[in-house]
Amino acid sequence: MAHAYTPGLKVLHHAKVEKNRRLPIKGKITKQVGDLLKPEDVVAKTDLPGNVQMLKVANVLNIGPADVPDVMLVGEGDKVEKGQMIAETEGLFGFFKSNVKSPIDGTIEAISDVTGQIVMREAPIPVEVDAYMSGIVKEIIPDEGVIVEADAAFIQGIFGIGGESRGTMEILVENREQELTTDLLNESHKGKIVVGGSFVNLETYKKALSLQIAGIVVGGFNYYDLEEILGYTLGVAITGSEDLVTSLIVTEGFGNIRMGSRTFDLLNKENGKFVSINGATQIRAGVIRPEIVIPLQEIEIPETAVYKSDNSGISEGSLVRIIRAPYFGKMGEVVSLPPELQQMESETMVRIAEVKVDGDVLNIPRANLEMVETD
Amino acid sequence: MKLNSILATDCGSTTTKAILIQKIDGEYRLSYRGEAPTTVEAPFEDVTRGVLNAVMEVEELANRKILNGDEIMTPQNGEEGVDIYISTSSAGGGLQMMVAGVVKSMSGESAERAALGAGSIVMDVMASNDGRLPHEKIKRIRDLRPDMILLSGGIDGGTVSHVVELAEILHAANPKPRLGQNYKLPVIYAGNNKAQDQIRDTLGEMVDLDITENIRPVLERENLEPSRDKIHDLFMEHVMQQAPGYKKLMSWTDAPIMPTPGAVGSLIEMIAEKEKITVVGVDIGGATTDIFSVFQGKFNRTVSANLGMSYSICNVLAESGLENVLRWVPFDIDRKELTNRIGNKMIRPTTVPQSLEELFIEQAIAREALRLSFKQHKEFATSLKGVQKERTISDAFDQSSSGESLVNMMELDLLVGSGGVLSHAPRREQSARMLIDSFMPEGITQLAVDSIFMMPQLGVLANIEKEELAADARAAALEVFHKDCLIHLGTCIAPIGNVKKGALVLTAEFTFPDGKKVHHELKKDELFRFEVPYEPISAVFKPDKKMDIGSGKGEPIETTVYGGVVGLILDGRSRPITIPTASEDRLAALKSWSEAVNEYPNQNTNQ
Repeated sequence: MAHAYTPGLKVLHHAKVEKNRRLPIKGKITKQVGDLLKPEDVVAKTDLPGNVQMLKVANVLNIGPADVPDVMLVGEGDKVEKGQMIAETEGLFGFFKSNVKSPIDGTIEAISDVTGQIVMREAPIPVEVDAYMSGIVKEIIPDEGVIVEADAAFIQGIFGIGGESRGTMEILVENREQELTTDLLNESHKGKIVVGGSFVNLETYKKALSLQIAGIVVGGFNYYDLEEILGYTLGVAITGSEDLVTSLIVTEGFGNIRMGSRTFDLLNKENGKFVSINGATQIRAGVIRPEIVIPLQEIEIPETAVYKSDNSGISEGSLVRIIRAPYFGKMGEVVSLPPELQQMESETMVRIAEVKVDGDVLNIPRANLEMVETD
Repeated sequence: MKLNSILATDCGSTTTKAILIQKIDGEYRLSYRGEAPTTVEAPFEDVTRGVLNAVMEVEELANRKILNGDEIMTPQNGEEGVDIYISTSSAGGGLQMMVAGVVKSMSGESAERAALGAGSIVMDVMASNDGRLPHEKIKRIRDLRPDMILLSGGIDGGTVSHVVELAEILHAANPKPRLGQNYKLPVIYAGNNKAQDQIRDTLGEMVDLDITENIRPVLERENLEPSRDKIHDLFMEHVMQQAPGYKKLMSWTDAPIMPTPGAVGSLIEMIAEKEKITVVGVDIGGATTDIFSVFQGKFNRTVSANLGMSYSICNVLAESGLENVLRWVPFDIDRKELTNRIGNKMIRPTTVPQSLEELFIEQAIAREALRLSFKQHKEFATSLKGVQKERTISDAFDQSSSGESLVNMMELDLLVGSGGVLSHAPRREQSARMLIDSFMPEGITQLAVDSIFMMPQLGVLANIEKEELAADARAAALEVFHKDCLIHLGTCIAPIGNVKKGALVLTAEFTFPDGKKVHHELKKDELFRFEVPYEPISAVFKPDKKMDIGSGKGEPIETTVYGGVVGLILDGRSRPITIPTASEDRLAALKSWSEAVNEYPNQNTNQ
């Protein structure tokens, strides 16, 4: 049977979800293998080196750089307090002395007789990493972090903004075609993850922000509205570090596109659960897609084997989503994968797949198909 | 040793491409090519896997045994194996550098030029006068995690304190390399030779410091070669050692592995020198666009890191503005719809245009990506800044100053395009149009595309240093470049000057090798094409008295031009190309230009 490799988005009722929870630099691990975790539990912590300040002592005192070590009242490695005198000239016969006071609380790191400047470091900045999702500690990465594992339903979106967030999930629409509109949002949604159908417009998203809704999951959003939310034009799809109260996960793409039925049905099934989401997206080698993790209780875990992605790509019978105009957003089933190159309307010669969509069989470039990985 | 067969690979970030060059009937020719996905990332984490897969494809096509198990057989033995194996690499994000100089427009720019020339991506240029406070610089260095840093500043024997201050900032930041935790970050010092000891004192223990000749020993002269060589050495010694599988790959190759753009640049430099021509080369990819040029014998390379056709397609839109993209789209489209479509290409970067409309949009964006990249290139490829010029009385009214762009389109002889949107356009006419519309060549310029992007492999081949192989390798690189690498599109003939709409701008007379003569009177804003293959054609161009085709206003030229798969394109449009703003006029103009070269299907059926 013919195969074609096309990366797909996952929509899984049950998966073993693993998350690496790492510190940016080495530090201390606060949990042990097998520990049960709640999303807010701290799993590792460390101190980042404090910010550095450089001070041109030679300029301030109007002396040569080589004379700086002689006028310093403190040495390398000494702790200093804000306002403490750290350098003083001898002055003229003991008069007309000038001095330098420390602008920060910190440590003297270096004194240079070449440039006449000193390097001071502020107090370390504590950093903690939490568990992100309910689960157990599967493995410890020595000095760096832990791997958290959970039995969970797992859904990937195509694009998102805003980083990690969590809350109780609430479906606010009747069906996957329905837009998430302003009238559907109210005070009771504060801190929750809300799910819409096909689309959310800028006005509704802004209302979600003002209501402090933790996250929105929806089919589509307008690309040009991103600019108003982010304050800049998003040129490259690398997101996740935006400081937004409401993370946004788009499951289909830009524009008004109804949410894929499997995605919507699975979210609906798990309505009311406490979920962890992450809008972080990186579309480069080593792709990162936004995700919704819905941890399952032991009794909820289906008996069927855990889904394992075999990366075998699409083959006859695969469920696929068309991801480029003119059939963008439609779902269908692969009927066949003819090996010969075929000419498209654009005259581009490509390998195609014949895809059955709503009763019609369409010729679609394989590159314009995305597999829906589902269990 | 005589070279009869050469195997070369280019390990890109997504695909590893292998080519086999063979000497057939006394000529070096590309005989077979194969490709396979690059295997630097999980689950394989061994670049050689992808190399072997690509070579296996070549083996199958060529019906020739090249591999013995997991090894490349060298030298050739009868009909088996190959004489040499070479490779380039840009896998794992290529070589990412940060450079630093005292004055941003002087040593900072020279350092940037050296790093770019060596084939790296310059993540940031730090300078004493870049307007950032020390703590901001420190934060930036910490966040960047480059593969390597090039530190320069000061002329030899000049002030030391500024460059030492930069070293102190580096020290305070304690930079960490991008790949691997267990080695020190390579730092090259190429600044004031008088400061070498202090630099060693400041940085020596913390980083892997390498000191080389000053990049700017005096204000009037750049000395980039030692730094470029040092970057290549350290790339091999440190960075490549950290990338999965590269140790093994390095043990296979008969010449050092070069960063892909470094190899392309050196090939273009060699061709310009050997044939005494000016060249512009462009490689437009999904994320970045690289431009190489040689004008007045000086080589320059720029990387527009966020101008590309998929991953960074929205950035093209952001930088050029929607209006500039829309002006090339030959049908009416709702703006919101257009931006959503472009956004969707960004998040699904591997899709291809199925409908003609999608192709129109993609090629409109390509024009803007190329135009913007070339604009950045022109601004960077300048004569040295900060140099005092001696002026005589005759220069009194001359506005020229130091730091002028070296790029003079009237002098350009050859424009070579590569990258998916140019190399794989359904019609070569589309590639020619995209190149002309975005680079806007002036006078007489040959156009070509690199069909399968083998310039990287040819670049390493041209750089083989082993004495017994060098001459043959160079000859092979040049021969294959002309015979198999370039697809000659034709020649663009564009007179420059200001005349009224519809006025005659140029009279052209061509005499073909078979003696046939043709004559064309080119009007202002007209685009006209003669379909003629790649062959020498005698031509006489007589420009209008206000127009210049290369010898000055109104001066005729008698020369030889070459056709190609597209032919000779006479371009009567102004520079920069003006497109009518009124929708109806704009669509009519775009239609007439497209029809002139038969750019798209159904153009003549009034669709």
